[in-house]
Amino acid sequence: MKARVTVTLKSGVLDPQGKAIEGALGSLGFAGVSGVRQGKVFDFDIAETDPATAANLLQDMCEKLLANTVIEDYRIEMV
Amino acid sequence: MKSAVVVFPGSNRERDMIAALATITGQPPAVVWHTETDLPPADLIVLPGGFSYGDYLRSGAIAARSPVIRAVKERADAGVPVLGICNGFQILCEAGLLPGALMRNASLRFVCREVHLRVETVRSVFTRNYAAGQTIRCPVAHGDGNYRCDEATLATLRGDDRIAFRYVDAEGAATDAANPNGSVDSIAGILNPKRNVLGMMPHPENLIEAIQGGIDGRGLFESVMGETAAA
Repeated sequence: MKARVTVTLKSGVLDPQGKAIEGALGSLGFAGVSGVRQGKVFDFDIAETDPATAANLLQDMCEKLLANTVIEDYRIEMV
Repeated sequence: MKSAVVVFPGSNRERDMIAALATITGQPPAVVWHTETDLPPADLIVLPGGFSYGDYLRSGAIAARSPVIRAVKERADAGVPVLGICNGFQILCEAGLLPGALMRNASLRFVCREVHLRVETVRSVFTRNYAAGQTIRCPVAHGDGNYRCDEATLATLRGDDRIAFRYVDAEGAATDAANPNGSVDSIAGILNPKRNVLGMMPHPENLIEAIQGGIDGRGLFESVMGETAAA
């Protein structure tokens, strides 16, 4: 089955890259844009066929590698 | 004193560290590749600077999961001094040997220049030869040196006297202008609870001979040697 993990910075953690992107959008004339945050998306093919087991596996991967939970949150989706 | 330098794909400051250790300790360090599962006997283990795995995923993230790190953790638990410089600091945080994380510099720019550091504690095997509150010069060269941790962790680091170095100006004041990367509380280096693991972004190994413009970094290595000699 296919899965997607999205990793984003925790709210409250400053995101200098998001700020720079926000500034660049302003320079391009996109008005009214604020709170830009940059994140990461990981797509997976998982051999496991049980969605709950696969979700547990992905959670383990997030905790151990994909996200740094000091500064990042993650979201798991089966797609 | 026996030392070991751990090398990862993408390490690039290990030669500076090897030269510094050879000069100061009088014997070349063992150089250990990241795939090793054991470390040679050593009184100091160093994770050098660089860009292990091209900073893929997060700085230090992949290196922190390499086989040799398990051995580094075992030695750290046993009390062996472990020093992480620059990328080595990032790896120690990613490996959970030190708290917090190192994010992109607040300026978004790679910073390569000399800074001043204030020695915030002499209660460690790495800083005991300095004077408390002493200001030293030290080069920095990094893009991801912006130290972050939650409020509780910061309070613990302060309360337990585990902030080893802060970025300061030449007069020893921790100003925003003197902070090269936006680190919380101007933190340049921290210790683990047992005080035998130090991570720092600056490069003391690059200021150990007069020909480099100063010897302010020597004190760190001589501190470790002093402890070893006394043991």
